[in-house]
Amino acid sequence: MGGGKFGGSFIPETLKKPVEDLTNEFKRLRNNKEFLKKRDYYFKNYIGSPTSFVKLENLSGHLGGAQIWAKVVSEANGGAHKIYNATVHALICKAMGKKYIVGDTGAGYAGKMLSMAAKKFGLKCKIFMGAKDIKRQKPNCDAMRKNGAEIVPVYSGSQTLVDAVSECMRYWVSNCDNTHMCVGSTVGPNIFVKICGWSTAQISRELKTQLKKEFKKIPNKIKLINCVGGGSSAYGFWSEFIDFDKKQIELIGVEAGGPKKSKLHAAPLSRNAKVGILHGAASYVCQNKEGQINDTESISAGLDYPGVSPIHCFLKDSKRARYTYATDEDALNAHVMVTKFEKLNPSLEPSHAFAEAIKIAPKLSKDTIIIVNSCGDAKKDRDILRERLGKH
Amino acid sequence: MSSLLKKAFLNAKKENRPALLTYTVAGDNTKKKSLEILKSISNFADICELGFPHNTPIADGGQIQTSAYRAIKNGIKIKDVFSIVKNFKKSKKNTPIILMGYYNMIFQYNENKFLEKCKKTKVDGLIVVDLPYPENKSFASRCKKNGVNFIQLVSPTTSQIRLKKIIKDSHDMLYYISMLSTTGGKLKVSPKKILERYNKIKNQNKSKNVVIGFGITEKTIKSLKKADGLVVGSAICREISKSIERRQNTVTNVTNIVKRLRNKIQ
Repeated sequence: MGGGKFGGSFIPETLKKPVEDLTNEFKRLRNNKEFLKKRDYYFKNYIGSPTSFVKLENLSGHLGGAQIWAKVVSEANGGAHKIYNATVHALICKAMGKKYIVGDTGAGYAGKMLSMAAKKFGLKCKIFMGAKDIKRQKPNCDAMRKNGAEIVPVYSGSQTLVDAVSECMRYWVSNCDNTHMCVGSTVGPNIFVKICGWSTAQISRELKTQLKKEFKKIPNKIKLINCVGGGSSAYGFWSEFIDFDKKQIELIGVEAGGPKKSKLHAAPLSRNAKVGILHGAASYVCQNKEGQINDTESISAGLDYPGVSPIHCFLKDSKRARYTYATDEDALNAHVMVTKFEKLNPSLEPSHAFAEAIKIAPKLSKDTIIIVNSCGDAKKDRDILRERLGKH
Repeated sequence: MSSLLKKAFLNAKKENRPALLTYTVAGDNTKKKSLEILKSISNFADICELGFPHNTPIADGGQIQTSAYRAIKNGIKIKDVFSIVKNFKKSKKNTPIILMGYYNMIFQYNENKFLEKCKKTKVDGLIVVDLPYPENKSFASRCKKNGVNFIQLVSPTTSQIRLKKIIKDSHDMLYYISMLSTTGGKLKVSPKKILERYNKIKNQNKSKNVVIGFGITEKTIKSLKKADGLVVGSAICREISKSIERRQNTVTNVTNIVKRLRNKIQ
């Protein structure tokens, strides 16, 4: 079966046509030189590519063992990797002649970036967001409103990302004739996985060049560590390196383990969830025996999602990538340590990845290069950090 | 051998009216109550759709979501859904039952086991909201082999080529979604326009029974009575919510609304 077990397009009949139209349009655009030029222009001049690649000297020195580096994707315009997907979707929306764009958001970054891109390209924007997330990610909500987007609070279910995606899809079912939908991660019906992965792949293209420049060649022992919620930043960080031997470049995905004392988590890959269908695609999904989707819990709104990208399911099954999880407490501790030693302020999502780096670095040789994708900035986590750490 | 579904449409046609299809959620608000409701409304409805609730329904509006969440909260399981059907058929063996829901529930139960159970409890048809054509091809043909109608959906966005293929692959009944909407939306397309599109589908193959659903209420049902069948779901679910809120008898209230719906198309 290979990759055939995952992904797909499990969608209501009404969405068949708009999904097909989008699929055809994207097929055309991704091979269109003009469009690629446009993409590269905005990636460079609007997003600010390339983001920097830096050695975390102090943290490496403190831990001993492997060298720890960071790809500081949070330098991108808006403060996270979500800007790549948002920009590409806005460009596609324009190309298709649609004036309205809608999207989902958990941590608020996908929403903030979509609102930015919508403003930049003159589109009207609606963002669907769980009521719980609106409360805990206020700075990003303020930004969305400032950009002129309407935030639609979602009160159903657990009031988090999973419900936001459902509600956004429902809205699209009702308005697909004049509205373009952007799915905020490499999840959802197949075409959305494709578009998002194609967009975030910029991260690894840059990293490849930066590695060659820094080390003269691709080093022999690399570990690429990335947090995984839906999995868009991880896929973008890894895509250029998937064909490498895993002995040379190990791919490590870190999911949200939730609070230490809670049974709830958002780690379908590393905690052996079963395959199920969620939001139009087959993937490992946190669910009960009957197929009802489980509630998830994580301090990180961006990772707080019961499903995961079909691409990561495939990378797990083929053993190309290794998946583990970090608890809320691990992530908080990692955040504290990184900010103490470095001039870096990773949000709670990449703090999960840093937790794994901190855990394994001391046991590894000095010529091992650990690279963490610092894919989001912690400004949005201001309130949570204040509450949990007391200071800040 | 003619299916119960076909017979139900034929009976309605003899009376020169569309068949009335109702949709309720199994276990809303309890297993016992939903069976009572089903038995009572089947005195006025020709075909009963019974939802097996899912907690991430991507095509349902607020009313049906509320019913689904309520049923799940009250502990409904797939096995209960089948036992409701079984009990219903004990006293109403000639009323067709269509199960309706999302694919993950069937996938987790196992397609073949699910079908086996449908056959055993005498389920007449299946609607799987997020398993469109052609993804449903293999499952749909297995349904047919087991005497269960797999009901294909058609929407205003379905292209002409696709429509032809879907009709060719359909069984006794097709479900036309009246407009771009989740369930329970306000009818935003004129009945005239809906019937125009309906006729286009009907003209492809007159032997298929085509029902119209989405946005059908006491107010709108009469204007669409030329169709082979009309589905009312959200309006009924809303009545259940209202009755619970007012501490009134859900069975009586829901039966009354179905009775009124039936009178409007008589």
